Amino acid sequence: MKASKRSALEVSGIYLVVLIMFAVILYPLVWAFSMSLNPGTSLFALKLIPDNWSLEHYRWLFTNPRSDYALWYKNTLIVAFANGIASVCLVTILAYAFSRFRFVGRKNSIYTFLLLQMFPVLMGMVAIYLLLNTVNLLDTFTGLILIYVFGGLPMNVFLVKGYLDTIPRDLDESAKMDGAGYMTIFFRILIPLAKPIVAVVALFTFMAPFFDFLTPRIIIRSPEKFTLALGLYNFINDKFANNFTIFAAGTILIALPIATVFLLLQRYLISGLADGATKG
Amino acid sequence: MDIKNAIGEQRPSYSGHNPAWAALLSVVPGLGQLYNRRWIKGVLLLVFGLSLIYTLSVPLFNGIVGLIGLGDDPELDDSRTLLVQGILSVILTVILLGLYALNLNDAYRDAKKRQAGVRTPSVRQAFHDSWEHGFPYFVVIPNFIMMALIVIFPLLFMISLAFTNYNLYNSPPAHLLDWVGFANFKALFTEAVWSKSLLSVLAWTVVWTLVATTLQITLAFFLAVLINDSRVRFKKLIRTVFILPWAVPSFMTVLVFAAMFNDNFGAINRDIFSHFGVMIPWLSDPLWARIAIIGIQVWLGFPYVFTLITGVLQSISKDWYEAADVDGGSRWKKFRYITMPHVLYATAPLLIMQYSQNFNNFNLIYLFNKGGPPVSGQNSGATDILISWVYSLTFNENNYKMAAAISIIMGIVVAAFAFYQFRRTRSFREEDMY
Repeated sequence: MKASKRSALEVSGIYLVVLIMFAVILYPLVWAFSMSLNPGTSLFALKLIPDNWSLEHYRWLFTNPRSDYALWYKNTLIVAFANGIASVCLVTILAYAFSRFRFVGRKNSIYTFLLLQMFPVLMGMVAIYLLLNTVNLLDTFTGLILIYVFGGLPMNVFLVKGYLDTIPRDLDESAKMDGAGYMTIFFRILIPLAKPIVAVVALFTFMAPFFDFLTPRIIIRSPEKFTLALGLYNFINDKFANNFTIFAAGTILIALPIATVFLLLQRYLISGLADGATKG
Repeated sequence: MDIKNAIGEQRPSYSGHNPAWAALLSVVPGLGQLYNRRWIKGVLLLVFGLSLIYTLSVPLFNGIVGLIGLGDDPELDDSRTLLVQGILSVILTVILLGLYALNLNDAYRDAKKRQAGVRTPSVRQAFHDSWEHGFPYFVVIPNFIMMALIVIFPLLFMISLAFTNYNLYNSPPAHLLDWVGFANFKALFTEAVWSKSLLSVLAWTVVWTLVATTLQITLAFFLAVLINDSRVRFKKLIRTVFILPWAVPSFMTVLVFAAMFNDNFGAINRDIFSHFGVMIPWLSDPLWARIAIIGIQVWLGFPYVFTLITGVLQSISKDWYEAADVDGGSRWKKFRYITMPHVLYATAPLLIMQYSQNFNNFNLIYLFNKGGPPVSGQNSGATDILISWVYSLTFNENNYKMAAAISIIMGIVVAAFAFYQFRRTRSFREEDMY
């Protein structure tokens, strides 16, 4: 009797902690969501539960001639797809080379990659600006995509290499016996087995342009080439308090699809990440 | 002998063939290969090598000269362009020298083989061989060249800027840059404004990295263990909500937090603290700003760790705990001697990555308060960490030389950390097991 009472007390303690965490986690999210539904633009007069809900800010984003939101969305999707596809191709083939071949300079290359992934791309931004300027890639999507792909390469190669290392080599050896070439082994055996980590890399590289406002801020000049993050950042940076409700609406429209994908894929992501990092 | 028989060797060996001669001859690329009677390879290398030398030697030489002098006439020369071209020339020269060394080595090795009487492969055979052995090179080398341009070159550029006098008042194209040696570092450590700023930023960077990361890991661990308790229901719902801060783009949530913490109209002050009759200066007081930022990072960062640890907890075999029950182990003992070692062993590399991520957590610091509030007598804000300080020095104050000097200090910290990581990453210890 005493033990069960104690147990019940403990469980309610746990639920209490969970409830507090729910409040802390949900408060800012709900607040942002309610801001986006608040009519009016001034933060000063806003309430957590608005008197009357309205979708006017969402409508503004897509219909107002002063809003470039749809254009930003399109730009971001272009950059995101290009980055995702290019990264997956380069990263997997590089990881394959590092994981399955023994060649001169291999170890040193891996060390170089490990070291480079530690340095934030931000540290070289001035040089990247000047470099893109000299090859006329400043203010282009190509320049932006190049920076994303190669800036993220070291870290992603590492993730995938770690995962490939966990796949037994006997598999490719026996395929080789049967006369499979390198590309056949790569595409028919390793890629299908490495799906979880390929999914992780694809998703992360696809999402990077949605999250990052800094790189486009340095590379992109013309407003018609802004990505979502950059556009929204500039939008809110001009008049923080006055544009906040529209900003909230704009970000909700980014956050919803991304959060959905994330929640759907969470198990997949974790297994890919954890296996690559802990076993590799 | 066995090997020779096995591959059907019939040719006599050329004991008079001298590998040293071959290497010496290929000082002019190709000649050594011709001496080895590898005609096609020799001619190709000769043509390719000579044309490379012919076309590139002058520009490369000029590039390096420009790097040394950084221009003479501000009307004609832009020091930044000279710097860019100079560094690129150095990188290219190093790559070419590497290829050149490969050429010497190739001639020497072929000559050795010939001396030993190994048959020269046919061109077709050689082509096949080079695909067979060269595959990783075909993959790695082009990528490395791009990486050299986009990742390594900018780092070298940053390093060289630290030794120039490039700032807002002395900037190309109106002025020429000069090499100033370690003057910037000297200023950084001796001039009061800089040394005070550097010290406070360094201290805060360390405190921030340690406190924020440790807190987020501790909270995540605590919650993961609680939720993993078999008596708790609705696990799936709880875990989904706990992942939300990770799933929503942090770019967005940080700006939302910036609005919520606003001193005047922020929801935190208005909805919560006003009931207690206090208004906390979240953005204008250094201490409160720091507390707010650490709190936000814990909010943002714990879900990732929570998910990781949950994954590990589920994989720990029940037998361990049953055995502990038989031995009468207390709950604390079970946690201390079963749960903790399992979790830490499996997630240590990723947890360490969390520390390095927070060390470079530019987004949060900059988006929340741009490193502010300002502190008198310093040119860094109260919440500036190294990376955000470098950013504002570069892009707001155009003080490139100091930004570069600070980057180098940051680079040293990062490299030391990386070195530590190398030594303990298991993939290196077990490197040659397969």
